[in-house]
Amino acid sequence: MKLLEAKNLYKSFGNIDAVSDISISLNVGEVIGFLGPNGAGKSTTMKMLTGFLEADSGSIEIKKFDLSKDPINAKSIIGYLPEGAPSYSDMTVKSFLFFVGKMRGLTDELLEKRLEIMLKDINLYEVQNQIIETLSKGYKRRVGIAQALIHDPNILILDEPTDGLDPNQKFEMRKLIKSISKNKGIIISTHILEEVEAVCSRTIIISSGKVLLNKDTKDILKNKKENLDSIFRKITK
Amino acid sequence: MKLYFEKLMIIFNREFTGYFRTPLASIFLLVFLALSAGMTFFMGQFFQRGQADLNSFFVWHPWLFLVLMPAIGMRLWAEERKSGTIELLMTLPVTNSQLVLGKFLASWFFTLLAIIMTIPIWITVNYLGEPDNGVIFISYLGSWLMAGCFLSLTSCLSMLTKNQVIAFIVSTISCFIMVMAGFGLVLASVRSWAPLWFTEVIQSFSFLSHFKRIQYGVLDLTTFIFFISMIMICISINIFLVQLKKAD
Repeated sequence: MKLLEAKNLYKSFGNIDAVSDISISLNVGEVIGFLGPNGAGKSTTMKMLTGFLEADSGSIEIKKFDLSKDPINAKSIIGYLPEGAPSYSDMTVKSFLFFVGKMRGLTDELLEKRLEIMLKDINLYEVQNQIIETLSKGYKRRVGIAQALIHDPNILILDEPTDGLDPNQKFEMRKLIKSISKNKGIIISTHILEEVEAVCSRTIIISSGKVLLNKDTKDILKNKKENLDSIFRKITK
Repeated sequence: MKLYFEKLMIIFNREFTGYFRTPLASIFLLVFLALSAGMTFFMGQFFQRGQADLNSFFVWHPWLFLVLMPAIGMRLWAEERKSGTIELLMTLPVTNSQLVLGKFLASWFFTLLAIIMTIPIWITVNYLGEPDNGVIFISYLGSWLMAGCFLSLTSCLSMLTKNQVIAFIVSTISCFIMVMAGFGLVLASVRSWAPLWFTEVIQSFSFLSHFKRIQYGVLDLTTFIFFISMIMICISINIFLVQLKKAD
């Protein structure tokens, strides 16, 4: 089932073309690894897919909702972790997740259930009453993931979810993404190629705002002569 | 419609309680109460005047608000933009008007709390004499509406920068201009070169002129309409600016 269909997206900032003719489709059970060098247009594309930025042209359909015409319904299906995992640092973990859950329209009863699941699955139990400002980078990132998942969205868009995590936390995060990917569509932007190999079913490489490669990760890995690392360097040079 | 206000209230609650999560609320309330009482009793010579009214209390409000309201409102949007939470906020299923109104109302009701905490002065004047409580009530209402004007203007300007200090300075200057527009000295200097209608327009935009009328117990509908219109105009511009500047 198709969850997201973005067609011919263009976005420029002044004279700079940040995104030129990018099309992406996302199906249930699919995890897309969104790769590209710094300034390739990954974050800009993600911001457009989540409705934070409006595309100069092109269309984005989230399930049956047109993002530009029906942003409220379209946004309610998406969970988003922005770059740097911003959160309200003066709130406690629990109150922040409660706030996002309420904004997502969850009832108190459902929200309590989802909070329990999030605190358990994302290992936030022991810090649930701690002020976010006092948490380590790894915990802050986990809080960001929890807020993106609080409403159990169909689509999850994660901008560098493992940035700043230690190897154990990265492993846990990948395990979590894999476990929830069965009934969701996930787009992950990352610089870590091994992460794409480990969790992503499809790989999209972009550079200078253009899609250079859009292929099943399995097919890329079949090629014994070249690995993802060498392909990335070759096409983004 | 119910859902619209539900979301607005969630934003309102987060913002309103936010003032109390940091020392900001206690510092603000303390400074506001100390300054308003100090100005009333010492500079306004409350006792020496021997009159049972609160003119010496309300006369300082435009000057107090011109510094204190930007202090309350400077964080409304500048902080969201600086910390990146604006991206989180604006990818939630919520409209810009819900966000702007929720934030503005939280700051405005926080100010109402500060104003309510000055009621002991009202009780004192009733204990000492027989004031016109209707006039005092209207003055309180006018004072709160004027605070709303300052706050909506500050909220608007706070969307233009990521730096709270800049938001504070620009807002204070803008509020100062809005107050000074009705000051005799300014009007006299404008009158010397501009036509009469222009001077009247400037005067009509002055918070001071409008507040003075309320302060003296004139229940002037145009003054209330002026304050409410100013708030609505600033909120509308704020909604437009959120759309325009969110990703800058």
